[in-house]
Amino acid sequence: MQASDTIFAATAAADWRDYVALLKPRVVSLVVFTGACGMFAAPVAIHPVIALTAIICIAVGAGAAGALNMWYEADIDGLMKRTQDRPIPAGRIDGASALAFGVTLSLFSVFVMGVGVNWLAASLLLASILFYVVIYTVWLKRRTPQNIVIGGAAGAFPPMIGWAAATGDVTLLPVLLFAIIFLWTPPHFWALALFMKSDYAAAGVPMLPVTAGRRETRRQVLIYSVPLVAVTLLPGLLGLTGLVFGCAAVLLGTVFLWLAVKVARNHATDPSGMQPEKRLFTYSIFYLFALFAVLVVDRSMT
Amino acid sequence: MKPDELFEARRRSRNTALGLVLGGLAVLFFAITITKLAMA
Repeated sequence: MQASDTIFAATAAADWRDYVALLKPRVVSLVVFTGACGMFAAPVAIHPVIALTAIICIAVGAGAAGALNMWYEADIDGLMKRTQDRPIPAGRIDGASALAFGVTLSLFSVFVMGVGVNWLAASLLLASILFYVVIYTVWLKRRTPQNIVIGGAAGAFPPMIGWAAATGDVTLLPVLLFAIIFLWTPPHFWALALFMKSDYAAAGVPMLPVTAGRRETRRQVLIYSVPLVAVTLLPGLLGLTGLVFGCAAVLLGTVFLWLAVKVARNHATDPSGMQPEKRLFTYSIFYLFALFAVLVVDRSMT
Repeated sequence: MKPDELFEARRRSRNTALGLVLGGLAVLFFAITITKLAMA
């Protein structure tokens, strides 16, 4: 059987849902949400068609980055229980098709953002795609336990992109929103990595629990939670947001810190004993959604 | 379902999904054009 026959067989076997799975829809939903919040928190009303275009471009761009990530990591995805059923390691889509899909959607999303919205938003979208694919996926992920600290910047771009889509520029508040997601990423992912340690170890990915151990990772989760909560207080303190966001940041941040302390105090070595880590991971998702939702409400009131 | 029929069914569903996406894009591009002209 020739290589072309294998590629044809794999492509023919792929359902449209497999191509959707390549886009990492759950990650895209969070990206779209924070991007939309950045857009609606901006002090300028954006035309609904332009807003819809920007949101679609953010979604497609984020999905394209996910597809390229899956293309590059197909080898290690096949070694981890969490990811071995993804379309490429499972044989439903071949690598070449995934690569072409990801590259096409990347170029398309940036082009449409530029032509339909503005070129600053398109540039930021391109930067986020390149950051995620080149800097995080290709360069950092397999080389350093700080991969998620630096690479997490890719997921922090969407609120800036949304703001830029609405206003055509970037000011302090979207930069602070970037910083919030940037500092949120390490405790979020390290909480996951703590109870997925064996999976990452099997694939040879140098996540912090694999290289530095659980105790150090739990300590780092708490250490990163402090500046995260501190940065969420800055918009209110600087007068960029109102009392509603300020109070929400304090309340949500207090719970985050409390859960991070529980993680730091946990000594379990088996995932069955890692309820604090699982609770923090789950809460961290709610935390980000709630914080950004309250931001939009607050900004609409001021 | 025989393998050939399965492949055909999946190819049909992929093409349908692609058709819907392209149709949606055509509508979006039209809406963007009208919006940009109105804003100019």
